[in-house]
Amino acid sequence: MKRWKLISLAALMAAACATGAETTPATDQAASPSEPVKAMPARVAYNPDPYPSTYKPLPADNVLIRNATVFDGLGGEIKGGAVLIQDGKITAVGSEASMTMPAGIRTIDGTGRFVTPGIIDIHSHLGVYPSPGISAHQDGNEVSGPVTAEVWAEHAIWPHDPGFTRAMAGGITAMQILPGSANLFGGRGVIIKNVPARTAQGMKFPGAPYTLKMACGENPKRVYGYGGGRFPGSAPFSRMGNIAGYRDAWQRATEYKRKWDKYNADFDAWEKKTKSSAPKAGDDKGPGDPPNAPDRNFELDTLMGVLNGEILVQHHCYRADEMAQVIDLSKEFGYKVTAFHHGVEAYKIADMLGANGICGALWADWWGFKAEAYDGIRENIPIVHKAQNGCAIVHSDDANGIQRLNQEAAKALADGIKAGINISKAEAWTWLSRNPAKAMGILDKTGTLEAGKAADVVIWSGDPFSSYTRADLVFVDGAITWDRNDPARRPVVDFELGQPGEGDVK
Amino acid sequence: MIRSLLLAASIAALAPSALAQTIAITGGKIVTNTNQGIIENGTVVIRDGRVVSVGTAATPDGATVIDAAGKWITPGLFAAFSRIGLSELDSEDPTNDVSASGSDFQASLRAADSFNPSQTAIAVTRIEGFTRAAIVGSPGKGLFGGYGAIIDTSGDFDSINARDTFMIARLGESGAGAAGGSRAASWQWLLTAIDDAKAYPRGFEDDNEGDLLSRKEAVALKPVVEGRVPLMVEVHNASDILQLLTLRQREPRMKLMLLGATEGWRVADQVAAANVPVIVNPLSNLPNSFEVLAATLENASRLEKAGVTVAIADPGEATHNTRFIQQLAANAVANGMTWDGAFKAISSVPAALYGQADLGVLRQGAIADVVIWDGDPLELMSSPDAVYIAGVATEMESRQTKLRDRYLNVDEPLPQAYER
Repeated sequence: MKRWKLISLAALMAAACATGAETTPATDQAASPSEPVKAMPARVAYNPDPYPSTYKPLPADNVLIRNATVFDGLGGEIKGGAVLIQDGKITAVGSEASMTMPAGIRTIDGTGRFVTPGIIDIHSHLGVYPSPGISAHQDGNEVSGPVTAEVWAEHAIWPHDPGFTRAMAGGITAMQILPGSANLFGGRGVIIKNVPARTAQGMKFPGAPYTLKMACGENPKRVYGYGGGRFPGSAPFSRMGNIAGYRDAWQRATEYKRKWDKYNADFDAWEKKTKSSAPKAGDDKGPGDPPNAPDRNFELDTLMGVLNGEILVQHHCYRADEMAQVIDLSKEFGYKVTAFHHGVEAYKIADMLGANGICGALWADWWGFKAEAYDGIRENIPIVHKAQNGCAIVHSDDANGIQRLNQEAAKALADGIKAGINISKAEAWTWLSRNPAKAMGILDKTGTLEAGKAADVVIWSGDPFSSYTRADLVFVDGAITWDRNDPARRPVVDFELGQPGEGDVK
Repeated sequence: MIRSLLLAASIAALAPSALAQTIAITGGKIVTNTNQGIIENGTVVIRDGRVVSVGTAATPDGATVIDAAGKWITPGLFAAFSRIGLSELDSEDPTNDVSASGSDFQASLRAADSFNPSQTAIAVTRIEGFTRAAIVGSPGKGLFGGYGAIIDTSGDFDSINARDTFMIARLGESGAGAAGGSRAASWQWLLTAIDDAKAYPRGFEDDNEGDLLSRKEAVALKPVVEGRVPLMVEVHNASDILQLLTLRQREPRMKLMLLGATEGWRVADQVAAANVPVIVNPLSNLPNSFEVLAATLENASRLEKAGVTVAIADPGEATHNTRFIQQLAANAVANGMTWDGAFKAISSVPAALYGQADLGVLRQGAIADVVIWDGDPLELMSSPDAVYIAGVATEMESRQTKLRDRYLNVDEPLPQAYER
């Protein structure tokens, strides 16, 4: 008869974090020599966070920003408002008179200036397609197959991409770095804070969920079916093939999840049996061997994470009809699309997006560079916004555009107003911080100016919907990461050192 | 919708005989781009496609009055660099005539021969205030990309205003790659092509070709080497710019323009001294390649301060979003360029560069390209209420506005396809 020693799950996880590998049972040093006790086989479980964030906020002072126009990111505007930042958190927003604060707190005069939540770009390839865009830096698309859910964007992020600092100057405090759109399943995205660091881990947003990049339409069929002069290549050749490729992968993920669910249920039962089966005299029948864990598959691990609701789907999709197909696909396999990205035709199905709780991460006015971008209109964002339960997001997908997402919002807002869609500037700011934070699973931590949230804040030289306005000061977790007027607070990445233009106004 | 309604009214007013009619646009803030500067509460009078008067004089009797109180009145914007009308969908080769990598003709290609005034980008660009554009193809192989043309954005079949206005070429990384792999090769290519063109036709008598160019290509380059047509060279790196400027000594007759000039600020004094104008994208601030490591948002303003003639456009985004040029100019101002300089850089400067002195300005006798804006034309939240091309009010409608109007409300009994 076998006896097993139970090992707590917490201990298993600790072991996994240390080794980064499958957990193994420890031998029991305390076992009695007279009665050999075998170590209890541990449940096979894998560390969900093997590349953990090492982010540490920069040193920060407590500060009161006063006499500013405040967009709170929830749709509200406060004239002559104040924002109190203490220990890296927002502790009060509103009228200064109602705030209690330590004597002698540092103050910043916001007269004539605007204060907003930091801008969050939900669609960036900084670090994976860094500047300079030389062949050695093409790390954003693992084109080896149409389904590469096993690759992770964070494994390719070059933290010395000068684009990060340019984005800082544009008030970007957090972003999602996604793999490219070559594949049906491009891999995992990662959410980072826009702070200089030596490693990608040093930028990772603590506690943010993982995401999965998927892509519709022209890109996968062009890259695979007709790709690289290899014609005839491999599936998908068509939009039919795209959906078939998704279904095949989701079916495999469903079966994989079923195996793991069964394994965990069987292990639970076995564990229960082991605990309750006190050895009886003459009874040789114990609980038997524990169940065998399924083989691990990194591709299906990611897809199972989606089916388990832990990983958020970010789906590149231009055409309205394709988005509608993908919505049905998600229902067929029981997962949720968190956001459609690019969605050049989102305005045609704004009601459906709202009804299904899907955000539209959109450009203000890009169009025409390919057939699926032919029907772009300048009112796409406001039309998605005004739909019932609408969730519009301004995104960049571009190392230049990320520097001026406030201007992109301004264009969309103006065109919406001209078309009769009345939206205030303060409401439009939800496109830049609250809504992307929501679709990135970090709204409990950032994205609005509310007491208790991270002090990810921008002070603008004026109305951020004006072309002439610049970000004066950018705070991440209460620390100034960017100061337009202080060269000592304008980071210069390694790549730029010793190059022409080092430390220049960028 | 609001915009098209407003215009429907003014077009109806003009309908009987637009050309014979006198139109007075009154009460607006006029940007003249002349030594009259900005005129507050002014009136622009237009007749027979020309500007009759600009100022604060009384409205002539019998004129159709367009009330522009609280609005801005400016010359039509002039895109210094564009490819509208050359590509309907960039990724679909049959619709994209920007370059011809499979053709042995390059310098002898003419953008005007590819231009299609019915392409959708034309109206999309027009309703954002652009009335004229310099359009040109892209070098398909080798250094030259052929002749650029000046077009208006009316969408009419006769909207090519001037053919063969400039020649485009490339140096730098792109030129080096096209010439065989090095900058030395591209320089040799350029000089040899120039020599071939200069030698034509005498040098082509013995055999049919020059050292580099075919007969046709040499003919095409002849006006360029003789200085009758400017050569626009896309070049970004400071040292490549200086190399190009040495051509001023070797070929004093040739007229040069720089396209891109991302590191132009580093050699701004030399560019100014050579009296070579530049077309810059003020938002190029990333080291996208090793030839633009010194890119900065202040390039345009530094060039302006050095006395360089600056036009603003984006050589990389020209087929569909020529309208972004307004945003480029706005950001040049945000980064130190004067408002006056930035506005001229997207109106009167390009007009003058291409020999169109009657465009880009509001003065007596100028061609009546006029835009009425609902605010500062460099504010991104402003947009045109009306766009006149040669005195004719244009439709403020594009394929995009029609799609917008169709989908603004989807709660209708019939499918959208019945709604126009």
